[in-house]
Amino acid sequence: MILCLDLSFRPDSLCLAEFVDPIAGIVRKTGVEVDIRHYMEMEPNSPPDADAVILCGTALKDTGYLNRLDRFCWLYAAYVPILGICAGMQVISMVYGGKTESKCEIGTTDLDVIQSDQLFSGKKRFQAYELHTLACTVPPDFRTLAVSDLCVQAIRHRDKSIYGVIFHPEVRNEWVVERFVKMVKKE
Amino acid sequence: MKLGVLCSGGKDSIYAAYLAMQKEDVSCFISVLSKNESSYMFHTPNVSLVAMQAEAAGLPLVSVVTEGEKEKELQDLKDALERARQIHGIEGVVSGAIMSVYQASRLQRICRELDLWCFNPLWYTDQEAYLKDLIAEGFSVIISGVFSEPFDESWLGRRIDDRMIAQLKAIAERYRITLTGEGGEFETFVLDAPFFARRIVISKASVTYRNFRGVYMIEEARLVEK
Repeated sequence: MILCLDLSFRPDSLCLAEFVDPIAGIVRKTGVEVDIRHYMEMEPNSPPDADAVILCGTALKDTGYLNRLDRFCWLYAAYVPILGICAGMQVISMVYGGKTESKCEIGTTDLDVIQSDQLFSGKKRFQAYELHTLACTVPPDFRTLAVSDLCVQAIRHRDKSIYGVIFHPEVRNEWVVERFVKMVKKE
Repeated sequence: MKLGVLCSGGKDSIYAAYLAMQKEDVSCFISVLSKNESSYMFHTPNVSLVAMQAEAAGLPLVSVVTEGEKEKELQDLKDALERARQIHGIEGVVSGAIMSVYQASRLQRICRELDLWCFNPLWYTDQEAYLKDLIAEGFSVIISGVFSEPFDESWLGRRIDDRMIAQLKAIAERYRITLTGEGGEFETFVLDAPFFARRIVISKASVTYRNFRGVYMIEEARLVEK
Protein backbone atom coordinates (compact mmCIF):
# COMPACT_ATOMS: atom_id res chain seq x y z
CA MET A 1 0.00 0.00 0.00
CA ILE A 2 1.22 3.48 -0.86
CA LEU A 3 0.23 6.36 1.37
CA CYS A 4 -0.63 9.60 -0.45
CA LEU A 5 -0.25 12.43 1.99
CA ASP A 6 -2.39 15.56 1.68
CA LEU A 7 -0.33 18.64 2.63
CA SER A 8 -3.06 21.21 2.10
CA PHE A 9 -4.36 23.80 4.54
CA ARG A 10 -6.96 21.52 6.11
CA PRO A 11 -8.18 17.94 5.82
CA ASP A 12 -10.75 17.24 3.10
CA SER A 13 -10.28 20.64 1.46
CA LEU A 14 -10.99 21.53 -2.17
CA CYS A 15 -7.28 20.82 -2.82
CA LEU A 16 -7.71 17.10 -2.20
CA ALA A 17 -9.34 16.56 -5.60
CA GLU A 18 -6.81 18.78 -7.35
CA PHE A 19 -3.50 17.63 -5.88
CA VAL A 20 -3.98 14.24 -4.20
CA ASP A 21 -6.63 12.35 -6.19
CA PRO A 22 -4.75 12.61 -9.54
CA ILE A 23 -1.62 11.11 -7.93
CA ALA A 24 -3.66 8.42 -6.16
CA GLY A 25 -5.32 7.64 -9.51
CA ILE A 26 -1.95 7.07 -11.22
CA VAL A 27 -0.84 4.73 -8.41
CA ARG A 28 -4.13 2.78 -8.48
CA LYS A 29 -3.81 2.26 -12.23
CA THR A 30 -0.57 0.33 -11.55
CA GLY A 31 -2.57 -2.09 -9.39
CA VAL A 32 -1.24 -0.83 -6.07
CA GLU A 33 -3.57 -0.03 -3.18
CA VAL A 34 -3.66 3.59 -1.98
CA ASP A 35 -4.42 5.18 1.37
CA ILE A 36 -5.00 8.93 1.58
CA ARG A 37 -4.40 10.90 4.75
CA HIS A 38 -3.85 14.48 5.81
CA TYR A 39 -0.41 15.24 7.28
CA MET A 40 -1.93 16.47 10.56
CA GLU A 41 -3.37 12.98 11.09
CA MET A 42 0.10 11.40 11.11
CA GLU A 43 2.05 10.50 14.23
CA PRO A 44 4.84 13.13 14.10
CA ASN A 45 7.61 10.75 15.13
CA SER A 46 6.54 7.33 13.85
CA PRO A 47 7.03 6.34 10.23
CA PRO A 48 3.70 5.39 8.65
CA ASP A 49 2.80 1.76 8.12
CA ALA A 50 3.01 1.81 4.31
CA ASP A 51 5.25 0.44 1.55
CA ALA A 52 5.95 3.98 0.37
CA VAL A 53 4.77 7.53 0.90
CA ILE A 54 4.00 10.25 -1.64
CA LEU A 55 3.81 13.77 -0.23
CA CYS A 56 1.49 15.61 -2.62
CA GLY A 57 1.43 19.24 -3.74
CA THR A 58 -0.81 22.08 -2.63
CA ALA A 59 -2.46 25.22 -4.02
CA LEU A 60 -0.07 28.00 -4.99
CA LYS A 61 -1.09 30.18 -2.03
CA ASP A 62 -0.93 27.33 0.46
CA THR A 63 2.36 27.10 2.36
CA GLY A 64 0.95 26.35 5.82
CA TYR A 65 2.79 22.99 5.96
CA LEU A 66 6.08 24.90 6.29
CA ASN A 67 4.89 26.19 9.67
CA ARG A 68 4.25 22.61 10.86
CA LEU A 69 7.50 20.86 10.03
CA ASP A 70 7.31 19.30 13.51
CA ARG A 71 4.64 17.01 11.98
CA PHE A 72 7.20 15.52 9.59
CA CYS A 73 9.91 14.27 11.98
CA TRP A 74 8.99 10.72 10.88
CA LEU A 75 10.73 11.45 7.57
CA TYR A 76 14.10 10.92 9.28
CA ALA A 77 13.15 7.51 10.60
CA ALA A 78 11.40 6.25 7.48
CA TYR A 79 13.19 3.62 5.42
CA VAL A 80 10.48 3.11 2.80
CA PRO A 81 10.68 4.96 -0.53
CA ILE A 82 9.36 8.50 -0.37
CA LEU A 83 8.43 10.88 -3.17
CA GLY A 84 7.79 14.52 -2.38
CA ILE A 85 5.96 16.52 -5.02
CA CYS A 86 6.28 20.33 -4.96
CA ALA A 87 5.19 21.12 -1.37
CA GLY A 88 6.37 17.59 -0.56
CA MET A 89 9.85 18.34 -1.92
CA GLN A 90 9.96 21.54 0.13
CA VAL A 91 9.12 19.58 3.28
CA ILE A 92 11.77 16.93 2.57
CA SER A 93 14.35 19.61 1.86
CA MET A 94 13.57 21.54 5.07
CA VAL A 95 13.47 18.46 7.30
CA TYR A 96 16.85 17.34 5.98
CA GLY A 97 18.50 20.72 6.50
CA GLY A 98 17.84 22.52 3.23
CA LYS A 99 16.05 25.84 2.74
CA THR A 100 13.27 27.23 0.60
CA GLU A 101 13.80 30.30 -1.53
CA SER A 102 11.36 32.54 -3.36
CA LYS A 103 11.33 31.31 -6.98
CA CYS A 104 8.09 31.15 -8.89
CA GLU A 105 7.30 29.00 -11.93
CA ILE A 106 3.79 28.57 -13.36
CA GLY A 107 3.15 26.56 -16.52
CA THR A 108 5.41 24.32 -18.56
CA THR A 109 9.18 24.55 -18.48
CA ASP A 110 12.14 22.54 -19.83
CA LEU A 111 13.97 20.24 -17.43
CA ASP A 112 17.50 18.95 -17.87
CA VAL A 113 18.42 15.69 -16.19
CA ILE A 114 21.98 16.20 -14.91
CA GLN A 115 22.59 12.98 -12.96
CA SER A 116 21.60 9.49 -13.88
CA ASP A 117 19.12 7.73 -11.64
CA GLN A 118 16.57 5.00 -12.19
CA LEU A 119 13.73 7.54 -11.80
CA PHE A 120 14.84 9.50 -14.86
CA SER A 121 16.82 6.89 -16.78
CA GLY A 122 16.75 7.41 -20.54
CA LYS A 123 15.60 11.03 -20.15
CA LYS A 124 17.89 13.94 -20.88
CA ARG A 125 15.42 16.76 -21.33
CA PHE A 126 11.64 16.91 -20.94
CA GLN A 127 8.89 19.45 -20.38
CA ALA A 128 7.13 19.58 -17.03
CA TYR A 129 4.24 21.50 -15.45
CA GLU A 130 5.22 23.86 -12.66
CA LEU A 131 3.11 25.47 -9.96
CA HIS A 132 5.28 26.82 -7.17
CA THR A 133 6.33 30.09 -5.56
CA LEU A 134 9.11 28.48 -3.52
CA ALA A 135 12.05 26.41 -4.69
CA CYS A 136 14.50 24.41 -2.53
CA THR A 137 18.18 24.35 -1.87
CA VAL A 138 19.71 20.87 -1.97
CA PRO A 139 20.06 19.55 1.58
CA PRO A 140 23.25 17.84 2.76
CA ASP A 141 23.11 14.11 1.92
CA PHE A 142 21.06 14.81 -1.19
CA ARG A 143 22.12 15.15 -4.81
CA THR A 144 20.55 17.08 -7.67
CA LEU A 145 18.99 14.99 -10.42
CA ALA A 146 17.34 17.61 -12.63
CA VAL A 147 17.24 21.38 -13.04
CA SER A 148 15.35 24.07 -14.97
CA ASP A 149 16.79 27.47 -15.89
CA LEU A 150 15.39 28.81 -12.61
CA CYS A 151 15.86 26.18 -9.95
CA VAL A 152 16.55 22.63 -8.79
CA GLN A 153 13.76 20.39 -10.09
CA ALA A 154 14.55 16.96 -8.63
CA ILE A 155 16.67 15.66 -5.76
CA ARG A 156 17.46 12.29 -4.24
CA HIS A 157 18.94 11.18 -0.91
CA ARG A 158 22.42 9.66 -1.34
CA ASP A 159 21.56 6.41 0.46
CA LYS A 160 17.78 6.18 0.79
CA SER A 161 15.06 6.11 -1.86
CA ILE A 162 13.85 9.58 -0.90
CA TYR A 163 13.04 11.77 -3.88
CA GLY A 164 11.78 15.29 -4.28
CA VAL A 165 10.42 16.87 -7.47
CA ILE A 166 9.28 20.48 -7.60
CA PHE A 167 7.28 19.97 -10.83
CA HIS A 168 3.87 18.25 -10.95
CA PRO A 169 4.25 14.82 -12.60
CA GLU A 170 0.49 14.24 -12.63
CA VAL A 171 0.38 16.68 -15.55
CA ARG A 172 1.83 15.09 -18.68
CA ASN A 173 4.55 13.17 -16.80
CA GLU A 174 2.65 10.34 -15.16
CA TRP A 175 5.62 8.09 -15.94
CA VAL A 176 7.53 9.64 -13.02
CA VAL A 177 4.96 8.34 -10.52
CA GLU A 178 4.70 5.02 -12.38
CA ARG A 179 8.48 4.53 -12.20
CA PHE A 180 8.46 5.39 -8.51
CA VAL A 181 5.77 2.74 -7.93
CA LYS A 182 7.82 0.25 -9.94
CA MET A 183 10.78 0.91 -7.64
CA VAL A 184 8.55 0.39 -4.61
CA LYS A 185 7.43 -2.96 -6.00
CA LYS A 186 11.06 -4.04 -6.44
CA GLU A 187 12.14 -3.07 -2.90
CA MET B 1 -13.47 31.00 2.42
CA LYS B 2 -15.45 33.22 0.05
CA LEU B 3 -15.01 32.08 -3.54
CA GLY B 4 -16.05 33.26 -6.99
CA VAL B 5 -16.62 30.64 -9.67
CA LEU B 6 -15.40 31.39 -13.17
CA CYS B 7 -18.42 30.32 -15.14
CA SER B 8 -18.88 29.68 -18.86
CA GLY B 9 -22.31 28.06 -18.58
CA GLY B 10 -20.91 24.63 -19.38
CA LYS B 11 -20.91 21.51 -17.23
CA ASP B 12 -17.33 21.78 -15.94
CA SER B 13 -17.63 25.21 -14.36
CA ILE B 14 -21.09 24.52 -12.92
CA TYR B 15 -19.97 21.17 -11.51
CA ALA B 16 -16.84 22.83 -10.08
CA ALA B 17 -19.18 25.33 -8.39
CA TYR B 18 -21.17 22.42 -6.96
CA LEU B 19 -17.99 20.85 -5.54
CA ALA B 20 -16.81 24.18 -4.15
CA MET B 21 -20.14 24.74 -2.37
CA GLN B 22 -19.64 21.52 -0.42
CA LYS B 23 -16.39 22.82 1.12
CA GLU B 24 -16.44 26.62 0.99
CA ASP B 25 -18.70 29.65 0.61
CA VAL B 26 -19.44 30.37 -3.06
CA SER B 27 -20.25 34.10 -3.19
CA CYS B 28 -20.71 34.75 -6.90
CA PHE B 29 -20.36 33.55 -10.46
CA ILE B 30 -17.91 35.40 -12.70
CA SER B 31 -18.26 35.32 -16.47
CA VAL B 32 -16.21 36.73 -19.33
CA LEU B 33 -18.12 37.24 -22.56
CA SER B 34 -15.68 37.15 -25.45
CA LYS B 35 -16.52 38.69 -28.81
CA ASN B 36 -13.77 36.58 -30.38
CA GLU B 37 -15.12 33.25 -31.57
CA SER B 38 -11.67 31.68 -31.52
CA SER B 39 -10.70 32.72 -27.99
CA TYR B 40 -8.92 29.81 -26.30
CA MET B 41 -9.78 31.19 -22.90
CA PHE B 42 -13.42 32.15 -22.93
CA HIS B 43 -15.52 31.62 -25.99
CA THR B 44 -18.45 29.27 -25.54
CA PRO B 45 -21.91 29.31 -27.09
CA ASN B 46 -24.65 30.73 -24.86
CA VAL B 47 -22.22 32.21 -22.33
CA SER B 48 -24.58 35.18 -22.02
CA LEU B 49 -27.05 32.82 -20.33
CA VAL B 50 -24.77 32.43 -17.32
CA ALA B 51 -26.88 35.28 -15.88
CA MET B 52 -29.89 32.95 -15.90
CA GLN B 53 -27.86 30.18 -14.27
CA ALA B 54 -26.70 32.58 -11.57
CA GLU B 55 -30.33 33.59 -10.98
CA ALA B 56 -31.34 29.93 -10.79
CA ALA B 57 -28.60 29.36 -8.23
CA GLY B 58 -29.52 32.50 -6.28
CA LEU B 59 -26.03 33.91 -6.75
CA PRO B 60 -24.88 37.34 -7.96
CA LEU B 61 -22.98 37.51 -11.25
CA VAL B 62 -19.93 39.60 -12.05
CA SER B 63 -19.71 39.82 -15.81
CA VAL B 64 -17.31 41.51 -18.21
CA VAL B 65 -17.22 41.75 -21.99
CA THR B 66 -13.89 41.34 -23.78
CA GLU B 67 -12.91 41.92 -27.39
CA GLY B 68 -11.03 38.65 -27.03
CA GLU B 69 -7.61 39.86 -28.13
CA LYS B 70 -5.08 37.33 -26.91
CA GLU B 71 -3.41 38.98 -23.91
CA LYS B 72 -5.91 41.82 -23.48
CA GLU B 73 -8.61 39.31 -22.56
CA LEU B 74 -6.45 38.20 -19.63
CA GLN B 75 -6.42 41.78 -18.37
CA ASP B 76 -10.22 41.80 -18.73
CA LEU B 77 -10.39 38.61 -16.67
CA LYS B 78 -8.12 40.17 -14.06
CA ASP B 79 -10.41 43.21 -13.89
CA ALA B 80 -13.42 40.92 -13.42
CA LEU B 81 -11.75 39.05 -10.54
CA GLU B 82 -10.72 42.32 -8.93
CA ARG B 83 -14.30 43.56 -9.24
CA ALA B 84 -15.61 40.34 -7.68
CA ARG B 85 -13.25 40.88 -4.78
CA GLN B 86 -14.34 44.47 -4.29
CA ILE B 87 -18.07 43.73 -4.50
CA HIS B 88 -18.32 40.28 -2.91
CA GLY B 89 -15.10 40.00 -0.91
CA ILE B 90 -13.91 36.84 -2.63
CA GLU B 91 -10.62 35.36 -1.40
CA GLY B 92 -10.28 32.80 -4.17
CA VAL B 93 -11.40 31.66 -7.60
CA VAL B 94 -12.73 28.29 -8.76
CA SER B 95 -12.44 27.03 -12.32
CA GLY B 96 -13.67 23.92 -14.11
CA ALA B 97 -10.33 23.30 -15.83
CA ILE B 98 -9.73 19.58 -16.35
CA MET B 99 -6.59 19.30 -18.44
CA SER B 100 -5.95 22.61 -20.15
CA VAL B 101 -2.52 23.76 -19.06
CA TYR B 102 -3.02 26.82 -21.28
CA GLN B 103 -6.10 28.00 -19.37
CA ALA B 104 -5.07 26.81 -15.93
CA SER B 105 -1.61 28.36 -15.92
CA ARG B 106 -2.93 31.71 -17.11
CA LEU B 107 -5.59 31.74 -14.40
CA GLN B 108 -3.02 30.68 -11.79
CA ARG B 109 -0.75 33.60 -12.78
CA ILE B 110 -3.59 36.12 -12.56
CA CYS B 111 -4.67 34.80 -9.16
CA ARG B 112 -1.09 35.07 -7.94
CA GLU B 113 -0.88 38.68 -9.13
CA LEU B 114 -4.10 39.42 -7.26
CA ASP B 115 -3.12 37.35 -4.21
CA LEU B 116 -6.21 35.14 -4.62
CA TRP B 117 -6.52 31.40 -4.02
CA CYS B 118 -7.07 29.34 -7.14
CA PHE B 119 -8.95 26.02 -7.02
CA ASN B 120 -9.49 23.55 -9.87
CA PRO B 121 -11.41 20.67 -8.29
CA LEU B 122 -11.78 18.78 -11.59
CA TRP B 123 -8.06 18.94 -12.42
CA TYR B 124 -7.00 15.66 -14.03
CA THR B 125 -10.13 13.95 -12.77
CA ASP B 126 -11.24 10.54 -14.02
CA GLN B 127 -13.36 11.82 -16.90
CA GLU B 128 -15.74 8.87 -17.20
CA ALA B 129 -16.40 8.77 -13.46
CA TYR B 130 -16.99 12.52 -13.50
CA LEU B 131 -19.55 12.32 -16.33
CA LYS B 132 -21.37 9.51 -14.54
CA ASP B 133 -21.43 11.52 -11.28
CA LEU B 134 -22.79 14.49 -13.20
CA ILE B 135 -25.79 12.47 -14.35
CA ALA B 136 -26.26 10.58 -11.09
CA GLU B 137 -26.35 13.82 -9.12
CA GLY B 138 -29.11 15.30 -11.22
CA PHE B 139 -27.41 17.75 -13.56
CA SER B 140 -29.24 18.40 -16.81
CA VAL B 141 -26.68 19.21 -19.51
CA ILE B 142 -27.04 19.63 -23.26
CA ILE B 143 -24.51 19.74 -26.08
CA SER B 144 -24.42 23.40 -27.19
CA GLY B 145 -21.65 23.21 -29.75
CA VAL B 146 -19.60 20.68 -31.72
CA PHE B 147 -16.23 21.48 -33.22
CA SER B 148 -14.63 18.29 -34.45
CA GLU B 149 -15.14 14.95 -36.15
CA PRO B 150 -17.20 12.77 -35.80
CA PHE B 151 -19.91 15.00 -34.32
CA ASP B 152 -22.76 15.53 -36.73
CA GLU B 153 -25.75 17.84 -36.38
CA SER B 154 -27.73 15.26 -34.39
CA TRP B 155 -25.54 15.87 -31.34
CA LEU B 156 -26.60 19.51 -31.03
CA GLY B 157 -29.14 20.08 -28.25
CA ARG B 158 -28.88 16.47 -27.05
CA ARG B 159 -28.89 15.82 -23.33
CA ILE B 160 -25.89 14.05 -21.77
CA ASP B 161 -27.06 10.68 -20.46
CA ASP B 162 -25.64 7.19 -19.98
CA ARG B 163 -26.27 6.37 -23.64
CA MET B 164 -24.29 9.40 -24.75
CA ILE B 165 -21.38 8.53 -22.42
CA ALA B 166 -21.28 5.05 -23.95
CA GLN B 167 -21.27 6.61 -27.44
CA LEU B 168 -18.51 9.05 -26.48
CA LYS B 169 -16.44 6.19 -25.08
CA ALA B 170 -16.89 4.25 -28.28
CA ILE B 171 -15.57 7.08 -30.48
CA ALA B 172 -13.04 8.67 -28.10
CA GLU B 173 -10.05 6.56 -28.96
CA ARG B 174 -10.67 6.37 -32.68
CA TYR B 175 -11.07 10.13 -33.09
CA ARG B 176 -8.69 11.12 -30.27
CA ILE B 177 -11.28 13.13 -28.42
CA THR B 178 -11.63 13.57 -24.67
CA LEU B 179 -14.82 12.26 -23.05
CA THR B 180 -15.52 15.66 -21.52
CA GLY B 181 -14.80 17.78 -24.61
CA GLU B 182 -11.85 19.30 -22.76
CA GLY B 183 -9.92 19.57 -26.00
CA GLY B 184 -12.62 21.85 -27.41
CA GLU B 185 -14.29 19.01 -29.34
CA PHE B 186 -17.71 20.01 -28.00
CA GLU B 187 -19.27 22.52 -25.61
CA THR B 188 -22.14 22.10 -23.18
CA PHE B 189 -24.76 24.16 -21.37
CA VAL B 190 -26.28 23.36 -17.98
CA LEU B 191 -30.07 23.63 -17.70
CA ASP B 192 -30.39 22.29 -14.16
CA ALA B 193 -28.14 21.49 -11.19
CA PRO B 194 -28.82 20.22 -7.67
CA PHE B 195 -28.20 23.69 -6.27
CA PHE B 196 -30.48 25.51 -8.74
CA ALA B 197 -33.71 26.63 -7.07
CA ARG B 198 -35.31 26.73 -10.52
CA ARG B 199 -34.42 25.04 -13.81
CA ILE B 200 -33.93 26.55 -17.26
CA VAL B 201 -36.40 25.68 -20.01
CA ILE B 202 -35.53 26.52 -23.61
CA SER B 203 -38.40 28.06 -25.56
CA LYS B 204 -36.56 28.76 -28.79
CA ALA B 205 -33.23 27.67 -30.20
CA SER B 206 -31.51 27.66 -33.55
CA VAL B 207 -28.94 25.34 -35.05
CA THR B 208 -26.11 26.21 -37.40
CA TYR B 209 -23.93 23.37 -38.65
CA ARG B 210 -21.37 22.73 -41.35
CA ASN B 211 -18.39 20.37 -41.67
CA PHE B 212 -18.33 19.08 -38.11
CA ARG B 213 -18.72 22.55 -36.65
CA GLY B 214 -22.05 23.59 -35.24
CA VAL B 215 -23.74 25.59 -32.54
CA TYR B 216 -27.01 25.12 -30.69
CA MET B 217 -27.88 28.73 -29.91
CA ILE B 218 -30.47 29.29 -27.20
CA GLU B 219 -32.52 32.27 -28.32
CA GLU B 220 -35.25 32.26 -25.70
CA ALA B 221 -35.26 30.57 -22.32
CA ARG B 222 -37.03 30.97 -19.00
CA LEU B 223 -36.75 29.75 -15.43
CA VAL B 224 -39.45 27.43 -14.12
CA GLU B 225 -40.13 25.94 -10.70
CA LYS B 226 -38.65 22.49 -10.06
